[in-house]
Amino acid sequence: MATTVTGTKPLTQTRLGGGSKSRGPNGNGSPKRNGHGHAFFDARSSANRYRIGMWVGMASILMLFTGLSSAYIVRAASANDWQPLRMPRVLLLSTALIIISSITLEFARRKFKNAAQSAHKSLLAVTTLLGFGFLASQVFAWNQLAQQGIYISSNPHSSFFYLLTATHAVHLLGGLAGLMFLTLRSRLRIDDELAAAKGQAQTDAVTLYWHFMDVLWIYLFLLLFFWRQV
Amino acid sequence: MSVETHEAVHRHEPPTSFIRKYIFSLDHKVIGIQYIILALVAVIVGMTMSVLMRMNLSWPGTNWPILGTLFPAGAPGGIMNPEFYLSLVTMHGTIMVFFVLTTAPQGGFGNYFLPIQIGAEDMAFPVLNMLSFWVTLVGFIVILAAIFASGSASTVGPIGGWTGYAPLSALGQIAGPGQGLGMNLWIISIAIFCVGSLLGALNFITTLLNMRTRGMTLMRMPLTCWAWFTTAVLALLSFPVLLGGGILLLLDRLAGTSFFIPGGLYVSGILSGTNPSFPVHTGGSPILWQHLFWFFGHPEVYIAILPGMGATSHILSTFARKPIFGYRAMVFAIFAIGLLGFFVWGHHMFISGMSPYSAMTFSILTLSIGVPSAVKTFNWLGTLWGARIRFTTAMLFAIGFVSLFVAGGITGLVLGQTSLDLPMHDTYFVTAHFHLVMGVASIFGMFAATYFWFPKVFGRFMSEGMGKIHFWITFVGVYCIFVPMHVMGIVGMPRRFSSFTEYTFLSRLHPLVVFVSIVAIITVLAQFLFYFNLIWSIFKGKKAGPNPWDATTLEWITPSPPPHDNFAGVLPTVYRGPYEFAVPGAPNDFVMQTEPETEAERTGGNGHNGHRH
Repeated sequence: MATTVTGTKPLTQTRLGGGSKSRGPNGNGSPKRNGHGHAFFDARSSANRYRIGMWVGMASILMLFTGLSSAYIVRAASANDWQPLRMPRVLLLSTALIIISSITLEFARRKFKNAAQSAHKSLLAVTTLLGFGFLASQVFAWNQLAQQGIYISSNPHSSFFYLLTATHAVHLLGGLAGLMFLTLRSRLRIDDELAAAKGQAQTDAVTLYWHFMDVLWIYLFLLLFFWRQV
Repeated sequence: MSVETHEAVHRHEPPTSFIRKYIFSLDHKVIGIQYIILALVAVIVGMTMSVLMRMNLSWPGTNWPILGTLFPAGAPGGIMNPEFYLSLVTMHGTIMVFFVLTTAPQGGFGNYFLPIQIGAEDMAFPVLNMLSFWVTLVGFIVILAAIFASGSASTVGPIGGWTGYAPLSALGQIAGPGQGLGMNLWIISIAIFCVGSLLGALNFITTLLNMRTRGMTLMRMPLTCWAWFTTAVLALLSFPVLLGGGILLLLDRLAGTSFFIPGGLYVSGILSGTNPSFPVHTGGSPILWQHLFWFFGHPEVYIAILPGMGATSHILSTFARKPIFGYRAMVFAIFAIGLLGFFVWGHHMFISGMSPYSAMTFSILTLSIGVPSAVKTFNWLGTLWGARIRFTTAMLFAIGFVSLFVAGGITGLVLGQTSLDLPMHDTYFVTAHFHLVMGVASIFGMFAATYFWFPKVFGRFMSEGMGKIHFWITFVGVYCIFVPMHVMGIVGMPRRFSSFTEYTFLSRLHPLVVFVSIVAIITVLAQFLFYFNLIWSIFKGKKAGPNPWDATTLEWITPSPPPHDNFAGVLPTVYRGPYEFAVPGAPNDFVMQTEPETEAERTGGNGHNGHRH
């Protein structure tokens, strides 16, 4: 320990998270901006915050669902009052819709950089529609169950079904808000490097979140209807 | 003190309207102060409650007319009833843990100083930062509302302890006093608080990863930044679990589900399912709530204390005029404590009937936290060893932190062992343990931080005279309060009881109980000296320059108070570590982080290695 009391060793480690990997003689950042210009006005580094923030936020949402899943598993194992629901068939449609929407959004994201702005816009619109379609399909499933007289308090499995699908839907609404933000943004002209990098980073962040919602739904779907149907 | 000036200057002017500047401000410094004001208000509420509890324990049945006027249900005729006492226990714990120990160290000081110390102009997401404060404030208003929402006739506010154990907290009105609307509001307030903290944590982590200035590598960050960062990671991963548990609890209360309510309960003379006021419940697990709660609850105690550790390291090094002993070890110890904090929640549940094998696992993991904690303690002592210490008030509180951390932590080794915990559980021993190590130690860290950074925030010193009186009364006071509580706990005095008059084996402890209450009242009064000092010094304190303590980190290169964009548009470049004190051959006994390397350092000559020991 004694030799590194204040951490004055030469800087050789790569920087964690964000920014350029190559390092100038004075630490963070690329040689290009070492001396002139500002770390903060370096467009790529600055825009990176949207991607980092999204990863951090997703870690947090993941913990929420981890907590709820562990409650699900413990509750399913702890008593003999568990009555598995029959899967509403419309959930297969939900699953298909969200998977397709993930694919269309991925194409939209890749079209952002090129001059193909109109393709980007139309793919965004398709994704948003598919997202609303997914929500409608979920609402339809809830309605179907309610018509069979299965409510949130009916039995533990239905409690968890309503809880997990609703929590997922609330987070999906955040994703839809992100998509609408991107749609509004795509009307703006991008005239400098900073705006371009920012736009790309925000598009990446929303896309990342949407894929996360997609994978999360598939996980919940498997957990609810294919995990040990006790 | 060299700031490179050949760069283009990008000044950001502050907003001019009062509302944008001070109320809905996007400036991390204003938001930090808002958080601190929130904590300063909340702590008065929490302290008042603790004084009320002490008065009831020492002088049960006394008539306090003002209580009768304020809370006709909880203190009819001015005499506190047991339900009122229990709701005080609940609200004191909740307000102190969430709205004081979580807001001031992280939201307050972290918000103000993390961006400055890493050389950033603001947080990564200023709007989110503003939102996280306002969401937290809404949470505080809701919890205040819970105090006055008398669901049932004989009580004020919710009853359930800050842990809100199910099934009591899950049953609703049927379970008796304090289980009505107030309890709903309590859960909602916690959920709102979770959201606010999560937004804050996201912002802290992104800011630290993305916005460090040139040369500010991770291993050149002050230890305060490491502590805030680790705290943010803990909050990010633990609050969602509490949020999830809170949603389940609320559904049990409002939607008739049975996550935590077992079948066949017989409550208030009614069997579950035989009466419309108590619908049928089956198969829920009260222990499940405990797991979800403590999975959050244990990291939460580190959320409270880690920023205090960071501030203490920072201040000890500054006033010992020595580099912090073992910087790298300190960083890894912070991380080790944070990591282990996620695997020890079971030690709060030894008496829940868990398997002895899991209890043993939790016990071993718990005791292993002693290792990084000891690393930190010895490094603090190593920093002080042989130093020419400047005994400022900030330094006294930092040393007080070390003392309290050791005194409170050592009983953690007792409680961490299953066999010793079983008889001690739910006695005053536990109360004394966590108040010393989590409550008072964290607050000492924040006192140290306040006296240390006040000159930076307001451009004036706090009064050292008043500060030292405040320190000595508080330091002696907290030991006089909490050391006797260990004794009470060993004798067997249970926590949370409103009165012990019917327990003859405890009657001999009564003089000790009265002593603790008197000291507690004196100590609380001394805190008003601190409040007075705070307000007086803003206007009348001795003027301070940019670097009044001869410190080395980035907050001291900018004027006091810092301009809106922290560095007046010219971001600093960092060349060296944060604690370069007493470097041989240097003109001063401190070298700022922005001081470029000398020729000798660059070539690896004597100047660079001189201070290695």
